[in-house]
Amino acid sequence: MDLIANHITHRFGELAVLDDVSFTVGAGEVVAIVGPSGCGKSTLLSILGGLLQPTSGAPELRGVPPADSLNPLTFVFQDFALLPWATVEENVEFPLLHTQLSATQRRALVEDALRRTGLTDFRQTYPKQLSGGMRQRVGISRALAVKPAILLMDEPLSALDSQTRELLMEDFVRLLADGGMGAVYVTHNLEEAARLADRIVVLSRRPGRIREVVIVPMTRAARGEAAAREKLLALQNQIWSLIRNEAIDAEREVQHA
Amino acid sequence: MLDRAATETAAKNEPTRRVHFRGAGFVPASSRFGGWIALALVIAIWQAAGSAGFVNALFLPTPSAIVRAIYQLAVSGALWQHLSASLLRIGVGWLLGTAAGVAVGFAIGLSRLARSVGITFISALFPIPKIALLPLLILWLGIGEEPKIATIALGVFFSTAISVYSGVDAVPRNLIRMAQSFNVPFATIVRKVIWPGALPAILAGFRITASVALLLVVSAEMIGAQYGIGAFVLQAGNLMQTDQLLAGVVILSVFGLAVGKVIGWLETRLLHWR
Repeated sequence: MDLIANHITHRFGELAVLDDVSFTVGAGEVVAIVGPSGCGKSTLLSILGGLLQPTSGAPELRGVPPADSLNPLTFVFQDFALLPWATVEENVEFPLLHTQLSATQRRALVEDALRRTGLTDFRQTYPKQLSGGMRQRVGISRALAVKPAILLMDEPLSALDSQTRELLMEDFVRLLADGGMGAVYVTHNLEEAARLADRIVVLSRRPGRIREVVIVPMTRAARGEAAAREKLLALQNQIWSLIRNEAIDAEREVQHA
Repeated sequence: MLDRAATETAAKNEPTRRVHFRGAGFVPASSRFGGWIALALVIAIWQAAGSAGFVNALFLPTPSAIVRAIYQLAVSGALWQHLSASLLRIGVGWLLGTAAGVAVGFAIGLSRLARSVGITFISALFPIPKIALLPLLILWLGIGEEPKIATIALGVFFSTAISVYSGVDAVPRNLIRMAQSFNVPFATIVRKVIWPGALPAILAGFRITASVALLLVVSAEMIGAQYGIGAFVLQAGNLMQTDQLLAGVVILSVFGLAVGKVIGWLETRLLHWR
């Protein structure tokens, strides 16, 4: 199943946020969206996931999702969005409660998702008892439970410390390794984008327009190797040179706001 | 470099001083028995002052006289007669007001139409002291239990509605968006996200409405009732039976404490995740 951004334009009142953004996320493909602060990355993701109505243009799907997918477009949120009154297990089961699945089927899906994210021993724990990294693992586990075709990840690591980020990045690489699941990965961190994405969509400053689409010229498995580091660094520098001046302008704008 | 080394060596020979601790205070912690000890002390002083004749018993009877009055009321059956009348009014009035307040509060919290209409009415009617409506309610509903119950229900309704829609408003939007992103139906979002998310504010509202109900029942009974703690306190005051009057006040205080304990227990049970 492909996810298509079809000429998406969006305004918040007088403020133009996105301008004619078009690209396609193919099945099993990981596309990162980067750009200076306020360029509309998260807005674009909300539109792609059907949580926000664009001013014009539309998000579209092509093809059929995998038969077992319960929620083809599934978000992983920056702030985790966990129900604080529910245990880890209940949080992961939450998106399954309204489906036609039996309790046994639900349990099996939850079990599998918890196992894949290393949360089996924390099933009875409440979110407040967990570290930031573990909370995001619950968010990822909840997303995996519905067997998504495409994960929509909105800066999923930005609220975490660098060590936890590294650990979760390894998890993402592992989860996306077999190509069975695609992803749109919104981030301001170019290293994360270069580590994870097949293509990187670079947005300009507000209103966000596609400035360039950079293809990462190696497999994700190869990116862990020492020889690849230099190439990835060069790629990051290339993207940074595209957005640096606008990032400075965006920062000044925030400071003046 | 040499100069700096010399300075450092000289500095090392100077006597050391401790850094003054500046982080004390602003962490009020209540001791477990402190409050009870203070209360017992006040009662003891009060009793001693009364027994020694420093205080006229007509104006302030001793604690032991109040306890005796409560005992006599209990033995004679009058305590239950008055208490049951008040409890019935509070119970029915509170339940009616709470049910209506929760329904309207949720409607205001979830529906644009209900919000625009409801908030206008609530803002206009909430500030009215509800006891002022008792004569009107007597006119409408006749002399009997109904106007007293209606007064309590009205008082409880407005506070409940406000606390419920404030609670609904306070539910983090990201949780609702998360649920929507999984195509969770509206009713399930209300039941599984908004209701538990608003519960802390709703329970905090219950504390306030319990006090409102107590205040209104006493006021309503003082205006027009034969039985009830409010009526009893008023009669005792008219007859200068201050020990009985204060017995009624103590019973009200105990009732308020008991309600507070019940709500505290509910909070512990339902909000254990906080």
